[in-house]
Amino acid sequence: MTTTIIWTIVAITVLGVLLAVVLYLVANKFKVEEDPRIDEVEKVMPGANCGGCGFAGCRAFAQSCVESASLDNNFCPVGGNEVMKKVAAVLGLEVHEKAPMVAVVRCNGTCANRPVVNGYDGLKSCKVKAALYSGDTGCFYGCLGCGDCVAACQFGAISMDPQTGLPVVDEEKCTACGACVKACPKKIIELRNKGPKNRRVFVSCVNMEKGATARKACSAACIGCGKCAKACPFGAITVEHNVAYIDFNKCKLCRKCVAECPTGAIHAVNFPALPPKTEQPAVKPVVAQSAAGAKPEVKPEPQKKEE
Amino acid sequence: MNKLLVSPSPHIHSKTSTRSLMLDVVIALLPSVIVSILFYGWSAVTILASSVIFCVLLEYLITRYLLRRPNTIGDWSAVVTGIILALNLPSTAPWWVAMIGAVVAIGVAKMTFGGLGQNVFNPAITGRVFLLISFPAIMTTWGGAKGFIGGVDAVSGATPLGIVKEGLAQGMTLDQIFDLNNFSYAQMLFVNIGGSAGEISALAVIAGFIYLLARKVIRPYITLSVLLTVAVFSGIFWLIDPSQYTDPLFNLLTGGVLLGSVFMATDYVTSPMSDKGGIIFGIGIGLITMLIRYFGSYPEGMSFAILIMNSTVPLINKFCKQKKFGRA
Amino acid sequence: MKKTFSIGGVHPDDKKISAGCRIETLPVPKTVYISMAQHLGGPAKAVVAAGDKVKTGQVIGEPTGFISAYVHSSVSGTVKSVGLRKDIVGIPVVHVEIEVEGDEWMEGIDTSDTLVTDIPQDPKFIVDRIKSNGVVGLGGATFPTNVKLCPPPDKKADILILNGAECEPYLTSDYRIMIEKPRQIVVGAALMKRVLGVGRVVIGIEENKPEAIASMGEAAKALAAVSPDYSGIEVMTLKKKYPQGGEKQLIDAVVHRQVKSMGLPIDVGAVVQNVATSLAVYDAVQKNRPLIDNTVTVTGECFPKQSNLLVRVGTPISYIIDYLGGVPETAAKVVSGGPMMGKAISNLDAATLKGTSSVLFLTEAQTKRQPETNCIRCGKCAEACPMGLEPFLLNKLARNGMMDELEQNAVQDCIECGCCLYSCPAYIPLLDTIRMAKGEVIKIIRSRTAPKK
Repeated sequence: MTTTIIWTIVAITVLGVLLAVVLYLVANKFKVEEDPRIDEVEKVMPGANCGGCGFAGCRAFAQSCVESASLDNNFCPVGGNEVMKKVAAVLGLEVHEKAPMVAVVRCNGTCANRPVVNGYDGLKSCKVKAALYSGDTGCFYGCLGCGDCVAACQFGAISMDPQTGLPVVDEEKCTACGACVKACPKKIIELRNKGPKNRRVFVSCVNMEKGATARKACSAACIGCGKCAKACPFGAITVEHNVAYIDFNKCKLCRKCVAECPTGAIHAVNFPALPPKTEQPAVKPVVAQSAAGAKPEVKPEPQKKEE
Repeated sequence: MNKLLVSPSPHIHSKTSTRSLMLDVVIALLPSVIVSILFYGWSAVTILASSVIFCVLLEYLITRYLLRRPNTIGDWSAVVTGIILALNLPSTAPWWVAMIGAVVAIGVAKMTFGGLGQNVFNPAITGRVFLLISFPAIMTTWGGAKGFIGGVDAVSGATPLGIVKEGLAQGMTLDQIFDLNNFSYAQMLFVNIGGSAGEISALAVIAGFIYLLARKVIRPYITLSVLLTVAVFSGIFWLIDPSQYTDPLFNLLTGGVLLGSVFMATDYVTSPMSDKGGIIFGIGIGLITMLIRYFGSYPEGMSFAILIMNSTVPLINKFCKQKKFGRA
Repeated sequence: MKKTFSIGGVHPDDKKISAGCRIETLPVPKTVYISMAQHLGGPAKAVVAAGDKVKTGQVIGEPTGFISAYVHSSVSGTVKSVGLRKDIVGIPVVHVEIEVEGDEWMEGIDTSDTLVTDIPQDPKFIVDRIKSNGVVGLGGATFPTNVKLCPPPDKKADILILNGAECEPYLTSDYRIMIEKPRQIVVGAALMKRVLGVGRVVIGIEENKPEAIASMGEAAKALAAVSPDYSGIEVMTLKKKYPQGGEKQLIDAVVHRQVKSMGLPIDVGAVVQNVATSLAVYDAVQKNRPLIDNTVTVTGECFPKQSNLLVRVGTPISYIIDYLGGVPETAAKVVSGGPMMGKAISNLDAATLKGTSSVLFLTEAQTKRQPETNCIRCGKCAEACPMGLEPFLLNKLARNGMMDELEQNAVQDCIECGCCLYSCPAYIPLLDTIRMAKGEVIKIIRSRTAPKK
């Protein structure tokens, strides 16, 4: 009995050692030479594998960083400047900091602003709906409301607002990976500068139709009147194809355009609530000042304001 | 005028729905149900009712409180599972056996996989096999009930398959066994006392099969290939030694071969999609059934055969694809 | 045993309730809107401007590129504007708006009813006439006919198949022209036969249209007696099955040849043209009459006035509906084309195109989709698919964006006939997802093959 046990133990031990040697040899023979720095870079990455950087995943991004001479073409939108600093530290490279971005939904076609004119009865997918027809409202350019962006977001940062039928971006969760931008067949979502104190001014409409037609379909449409462009002291607003666009690199957040817009298509977010019109002179300078005060600091080092 | 609807084509739909298909299966099961009630009386009613009620109730409770999804009992698939499970139980079984069967069938085999369409194994058979292994005594005690049709002695010890297995084990020849028990084919075709509720009448099952074919609910390939395989396999052995191996007709008419091949092997979810795959699937079931019957320790192997072949369905689906247009 | 295609297919109810209605001519509306994108390929370029006077049959749009077609004015009057206008699905397309004044035709157009049976000898003359008169395929795809009749020199057709299957439920426009203008259709067939240099022409008609079969057979026989140009034209009765009118299915049904994946009918030596196209070819070549009107079926159980109308291209659909008494109360969906492959109309003010074959009204009970439930793996979609695909699998792959697997499983072969969704008992929107995936996979295949060539 004991001999059986002993022999078994011996046989298994010998077998184990033999196999270990074989495994070691094989592992050595087929070893893939890889830069150890790739692992190090990958460690500091967020690990979301979202693809927002344009690479297949965090490892592919890390590999690209290690192989390239500078980090100018590589940027992790999820980790932002923090992560890029760490990556730069690992590789001994310099990094040019970028202003944090956030996804912005440029459509204000809420159920109230944009009446529904027919009933969509197909698969609940913006892609399918966009391929089929102009949508269930009179606006050919606006949000289709089926939530492809919500499905595309890996961070749970977008949700549909049942009241308006439009997607809402959670600024805290949004990492500006750009997945929603790619998912939207109407190209409504744009990555824009997050702005100081998350304050942003943007045109919430992409309707390229003539003013009257656009207005007929949606009461909050940009009608391309150009008043905002005239009002802008910094030349940040351009009107092309009947729709205004604010260049966030030039915008100083003065909000003159917001007051000018006849349809309310220009949105200013995260500013202190505007006082009623009558009290305007009393408070407005303060607001303007705060915006103006923030402005000089923002441009050179936007991430500082971010904190 | 209301708002116009807009959707991608096609704009019309056939009248077939999951619900209509399941209703058709229920209708096809009715002859067997009626026969079993006629011959097993109130005990059959109890088993059928408790099985169906527990299946439906369980599916409702699971979708409502565990999965928190819109409930799916409206598609009638739980009713089908309940009836098939009941038809696979001896009518003498107590109601709580049906309940346990329902828990295994719906709770374990169906809903844990995600409900109708997601399950790998046929829920009713999984329930039945679980009961067979857990309660062998209850599951192999047949008869003993008083039917609505008088004059039939409903007290008989075992199924014909069981009797044959027993007899052969005691060293008898088939002729002796047949003579001793007064087996007749006519009896098997019409009323085959001894066996699960659904195994009583081959004719009732065949009527259901014809209905399903006529309504285009199923295609005949799986059923026919099971039956043909059973016939051919048993035919070969019977020709070799008729004193030890039962003949093809006996094998087709007794036990669960008919019920299984018509209602259980053809379950959409757990059978291959293509006709070619269906034939392979059917041959597998037929072979395994006969191997168990002739050489296994159980007298009947239909349930096991279907379960085993269920597990091969993804593989069969992968390799048996329909011929594509314009591709060699 | 009547012939039909070999794989799949479904049998939707026929519902040809407008079959008995003779073709009426719809009065010309006050204003027409003629789209510049009425055909497959590049949209035509408008060559008129606001204020121009045009006559009926005058060219107002010229082709851009190889696959494109001429567009003619369907009325005489004054051009009011050239600009974007929404089409039936609400997408802005360039339209020419013409205010109608009288009905003055261009010179050189034979507007009489006399049948011209002499076939011109020169194939080039025939093709030029077809091209200059803007004839496009009227079977649904509106592919420019002249391009289809001129296959690349290394490929040779040996049979012309005329598609008279009209397998879609409800539609009767082809049926009516086969009964009312059979000889013109046969002459058109003989013209295309001359161009292609083929010896055999088969007119495929489904068995549910015995009158059309008789009428076409009689016309083919009568004309064969007139001239040898009409020899080899025969009518073939086909078993009723949808989608018999699909190009690949029809070739399979008639000559038992299967067009390879991503291939064209010409690869197996066949050219398919719709009977309505054949009629347009007759008009274009024998009468020098451009394609400016077509037969439109207006039908649906909820619509009180079943009609087959001869409609000028560019007539607003709302004008046709108002002429026949307006949209019925119970109608929930208006479809341009058949119920299986037609497009739902979201903009009733849109104008008809050359290829508009029907305006179909469906009630909510007929058309509203049921909520999607679990796939029960019944395989009915695979059974129904005429291309032998597995829609249940493609749907899953498409929802997960698995492009390589989609290509391996031949999503690019899908003909979008709708049989899968039609037959799915779980009401899964199979075709919605598969159609998207097909588009993306074809894009990938094209981008892969493009640089090599």
